[in-house]
Amino acid sequence: MPTSAPAAAHALTDVASSDSTLRRFLHGLPGVDTVGLEARAAALGTRSIKTTAKAYAIDLAISMVDLTTLEGADTPGKVRALGTKAVHPDPTDRTTPTTAAVCVYPDMVAVAKEAVAGSGVKVASVATAFPAGRVALDVKLADVREAVAAGADEIDMVIDRGAFLAGRYMKVYDEIVAVKEACGAARLKVIFETGELSTYDNIRRASWLGMLAGADFIKTSTGKVAVNATPANTLLMLEAVRDFRAQTGIQVGVKPAGGIRTSKDAVKFLVLVNETAGEDWLDNHWFRFGASSLLNDLLMQRQKLATGRYSGPDYVTVD
Amino acid sequence: MSDERLSVFKTYKLYVGGKFPRSESGRVYEVTDSKGQWLANAPLSSRKDARDAVVAARKAFGTWSGATAYNRGQILYRIAEMLEGRRDQFVREVADAEGLSKSKAAAQVAATIDRWVWYAGWTDKIAQVVGGGNPVAGPFFNLSTPEPTGVVAVLAPQESSFLGLVSVVAPVIATGNTAVVVASEKAPLPALCLGEVLATSDLPGGVVNVLSGRTAEIAAPLAAHQDVNAIDLAGADDVLAKELEIAAADNLKRVLRPQPVDYTATPGIERLTAFLETKTVWHPTGSLGASGSSY
Amino acid sequence: MASAFEYAPAPESRSVVDIAPSYGLFIDGEFTEAADGKVFKTVSPSTEEVLSEVAQATAEDVDRAVKAARKAFETWSALPGSERAKYLFRIARIIQERSRELAVLETLDNGKPIKETRDADLPLVAAHFFYYAGWADKLDHAGFGPNPRPLGVAGQVIPWNFPLLMLAWKIAPALATGNTVVLKPAETTPLSALFFADICRQAGLPKGVVNILPGYGDTGAALVGHPDVNKVAFTGSTAVGKEIARTVAGTQKKLTLELGGKGANIVFDDAPIDQAVEGIVTGIFFNQGQVCCAGSRLLVQESIQDELLESLKRRLTTLRLGDPLDKNTDIGAINSAEQLARITALAERGEAEGAERWSPACELPTSGYWFAPTLFTNVTQAHTIARDEIFGPVLSVLTFRTPEEAVAKANNTQYGLSAGIWTEKGSRILAVANKLRAGVVWSNTFNKFDPTSPFGGYKESGFGREGGRHGLEAYLDV
Repeated sequence: MPTSAPAAAHALTDVASSDSTLRRFLHGLPGVDTVGLEARAAALGTRSIKTTAKAYAIDLAISMVDLTTLEGADTPGKVRALGTKAVHPDPTDRTTPTTAAVCVYPDMVAVAKEAVAGSGVKVASVATAFPAGRVALDVKLADVREAVAAGADEIDMVIDRGAFLAGRYMKVYDEIVAVKEACGAARLKVIFETGELSTYDNIRRASWLGMLAGADFIKTSTGKVAVNATPANTLLMLEAVRDFRAQTGIQVGVKPAGGIRTSKDAVKFLVLVNETAGEDWLDNHWFRFGASSLLNDLLMQRQKLATGRYSGPDYVTVD
Repeated sequence: MSDERLSVFKTYKLYVGGKFPRSESGRVYEVTDSKGQWLANAPLSSRKDARDAVVAARKAFGTWSGATAYNRGQILYRIAEMLEGRRDQFVREVADAEGLSKSKAAAQVAATIDRWVWYAGWTDKIAQVVGGGNPVAGPFFNLSTPEPTGVVAVLAPQESSFLGLVSVVAPVIATGNTAVVVASEKAPLPALCLGEVLATSDLPGGVVNVLSGRTAEIAAPLAAHQDVNAIDLAGADDVLAKELEIAAADNLKRVLRPQPVDYTATPGIERLTAFLETKTVWHPTGSLGASGSSY
Repeated sequence: MASAFEYAPAPESRSVVDIAPSYGLFIDGEFTEAADGKVFKTVSPSTEEVLSEVAQATAEDVDRAVKAARKAFETWSALPGSERAKYLFRIARIIQERSRELAVLETLDNGKPIKETRDADLPLVAAHFFYYAGWADKLDHAGFGPNPRPLGVAGQVIPWNFPLLMLAWKIAPALATGNTVVLKPAETTPLSALFFADICRQAGLPKGVVNILPGYGDTGAALVGHPDVNKVAFTGSTAVGKEIARTVAGTQKKLTLELGGKGANIVFDDAPIDQAVEGIVTGIFFNQGQVCCAGSRLLVQESIQDELLESLKRRLTTLRLGDPLDKNTDIGAINSAEQLARITALAERGEAEGAERWSPACELPTSGYWFAPTLFTNVTQAHTIARDEIFGPVLSVLTFRTPEEAVAKANNTQYGLSAGIWTEKGSRILAVANKLRAGVVWSNTFNKFDPTSPFGGYKESGFGREGGRHGLEAYLDV
C-alpha cells in the first residue's frame, strides 16, 4: 500500500509529509462563520436568471448532470434505460445536450458503458463500499479496480468519516491517495458526506484534505443521509477549489449531490459557481450535479422556454 | 487655654490630577460667609487650570472607566466612610458657606454622605437596568450595554455647595466618567475640602478635578473644549447656559440643561443615564453545524 | 464578470407604482400647495428623469403644520395606548401590503438597487412600525416610571439615504409614545414620505398626527427653530447636526441627533476570511456606501494584507453596477449630482495625497449619477480619505500590527457610530468591542439592523438612540 505519496508536486506538497504537518495545515485554515456563509449563499440565491441566461443555464445544467441510480433494486434494464435517457434526455428535442455521466454501482458499470457507448456520456461508479465505506482498505481498492476494469471513466469514493471525525486525517489522506492510484486514468470524485461532517470548518478541512490527496472532484454527499448538497456547503467547497488553484495551479471540480430537484435550485448552484469559482468552472469537466429527478424538471423548463407553455410530467420520460 | 491660641489658617487649593495645585493664574478671590465675613481666599482658576484639569481627567478616564463596577462602588463607598469621619469639619464648612444653623448643616452633610452611599450601590446595577439583550429577528446575539461618555464638565449648583455638589458629581463618576468640577462660585470651600477627602479615598487622581473661581470664566473654555465629551449645566443661569450649550455644539457634547432640583429628595437615575452611551454589539449565532436547524 | 454566463436583464416592473405628476404638502390630513406656490422637481438619479414636482414648504407652511400637529396632539396623546397601537399596526400591515410598490418607488427616487429596497429597506420599515406599535400600550412598563408623558410636537428631519426607513425610525416611536409629528423628507427623495401620507389616510390616522413637509434646508431650519416644537430629531450630516444643536440651545426642546461616521472594519489574521470579505463589501458598498455607519475604513492586520486584498479585489470584480431596477444589480446610482461631486472630489484628494486607487473594470451608464466601487490602499490616518466621511462607495485600507494599534486607530476619529471586528477568537472580540468607542459594533458581521436593536453614536456621530426600548426615551418626558 502506498503511504502518503504526494499526489503531485506543487506549493503544498510538503503539507502531507507527516500526520502533524497535515493536522497543523488543516487546522490552520481560516475558520468559517456559519451565518455569514449561509447569508452569502442565500444572497446569491436571489439572483434573477431570465430568458437567454436561463436558457443557457438550463442547457449547461443538463450537461452537468450525473444521472444517478444507486438502489439495491437496480437491474440491467433500469440502468440501460437510464443510459438511454442520459444520451437523449428529451426524445422530442434532439438539440438537448446529453448529461455528463450516468452514475451507478460497480456491478452495473459494464451495462451502463454499453448503453452510452459512442455518445460521449461518461460512466461514473461509486466505489469504496459506498455509501458507508466501512470496510477494509483492500476491499475498497478491489471495489475500485472492479469498476475501473469494467470501464468506469470516473470513480466516486467515500472518505472514512469516522477517521476524519476522530482526527486521523492521515488515514483519510492515505486512503484517497491509494484509491487515486487504483483509479488509473479514471477521474476521482471524493465524497465527504458533508451532512455527517456537520460543521463548515470540517467541510473546509475535508475539501483541502481531498484536494491535497489528489481528488479530481470534491463532492458533497452520497444522497443517502438527511442533509446532502446545500447552497452553503457547495459555496464553501467552491471557495476551496478556487483557493486551491490559486495556491497550487491545480484545478479541481465540484459536485453537489443529493437534494437538488428543481431547475430553480440548479440555476442557483450555477450562480454560485459563476460568482465564486468563476467561469472556468462553468463546464461539466469541472462541475456536476449528482441527481436523478432534477433532469426531468430541467427538461420541462427547457420545453417551457422553447414553446412558451408550461410542460407536464407526461411530456418527459420517467426513466 | 485654646482660646488664646492663634489658629492655623488653611490655604485652600485646587484639586487636579490627584494633586493640590494653586491656580496657575496665581490669583485668589475672597470667599465670605452669608453675612459677608471673610472666610478664606480661594484660588481663582484660569483657562489654563481648566485645560490642565481636562488633561488630568482624560488621562484618568481609561483606568477609571476600565475599573470594575464593583471596584468603583467600593471606592464611592470609601468616600462616604472618609466623610463620615470628617463630619464635624464639613458641618462647619457648610454652615459657614450657606449660612445654615449647625443642625441644618448637619442634616445636609448627613444627606451628602448618604448620597455617596446611594451612588456607590448603583455602579454595578445601572448596566442591568438600562442595558440588556435585544431579540433581533435573525441568527444574532445582540447586547446593549451602557458605557461612560468620557470627560464631563460639571458646573456644580451655586446654592447647594455640598449636597448639590455631590449630587451632581457622584452620578457622573459612578458610571466611569471622569469629571472637571467647577465649584459653587460664592461657596467653593466645601468643594475644595471634598478634594482632600477624595484624595484619601482610593479614588485615582484625575477622576474628579475641582476648580474654584468665576463659573462663567471657567465654564466657557470647558464648554468649547474639544476633548470634553459632556457638560452638566446645573450651576449656570439661563443666559450662561444658553451660551455654553451653543459652544458645546462644536463637538456635540452631551448637555444636561439646568433644571429645578430638590437635592434633598432621593434622586432618580436621570443623572446617571445623562452621561452614558449605549453600545450595541452584534454577533452571529447560527446553528451548531452545517446540518443544523438552519436547513 | 464572467462572460460565459451573462445574466439577462431582469428588471422589476415599474408599473406597480403610479407616480402623480405633482404632489402637495401633507398638512392636517390634506395635500395642499405651498404658501408661495413654489415647487421643486425630484429626479431619478439613475436616469435624471423627472419623476414628479413637489411642493416646497415655506416657514409659513411649517407654522401651519406645527399648529395642526399641536391641535392633533391633544386628542392623540389622550387616546388609550392600545388605540394608538392599533393605528400603528394598521400602518405596518399596509406597508407590508404595498411593499413592492414602495420598494420600486424608493429605488426610482433614491437610485439604490431594488434588491436592497425589496430585501432590506421595506421589511425593516414594516418591522419598525410593528415593533413600536406594540410599545404604545406598554409604556408604563418600559422602565421610565409610571405613566411617562409624550413631549408634544416632534419636528423631524430625515436624510435621503434610506428615505422611508428613516421616516419609520422617526415616526413610529414618536406616535407610539403619543407625540404628533411634522416631518421633512430630504429634497432629493420626497416621494416615499408622500406615499406614506397616503398610507396614513388609508389607516384612518386622525388628521394632523402626521404632517409631511417636503423642502430644502431652509424648511428644515424653520421646523427645528419653530418655538412650538417640543422635540427635534435629525438624521444627517454632522455639520447640520451641530447647527441644529446651536439652534435648540437655551430652549426646552429635547434633541436627538444621528450623524456621520467613519466606521472602522477591523480584520484580524485569524478572521473567517471569506465572510470577512463579504462583510467588507457589505460594509462599504451597501447602498453605494451612502450609509452613516458604513465600514469606510478597512483596518487589516498587516500580516494578511496581501491575501485579503487579493480576495477583496476578486470579489469586487463580481459586483454588478447598473440599472437599480434590475434585480441583479448590486451597485446602484449615487443619489444626486451634488453627492457625486463630493465623492469625486474626495477620491481625487485621496489620489493627490498619495494613496493608491483601484476599481474593478466597470462600465458606468452614460446618464445619471454613478461612481465605480473604489478602494484606496497605502492609506494612513493622516489621509483625508481616512478622516472625512465620504458617504460613497470608497473604501480606505489601512493596516495595523497589534490589537492595541487596531483599537487606537479605530478610535482615532471624531466620529463614533459603528465598527466591525473579524476574528475567530471569542475573547478578542469581546476585548476589542469593549474598547471601541462606537455605538454599534458588529463582530463577524456588518450592517445589520433590527427594530429591537438600539442604534446611534458616540462623540460627533450624535446622541440618543433609535430602536429598541432605548428609542422610546427620545420621545418621552423622562
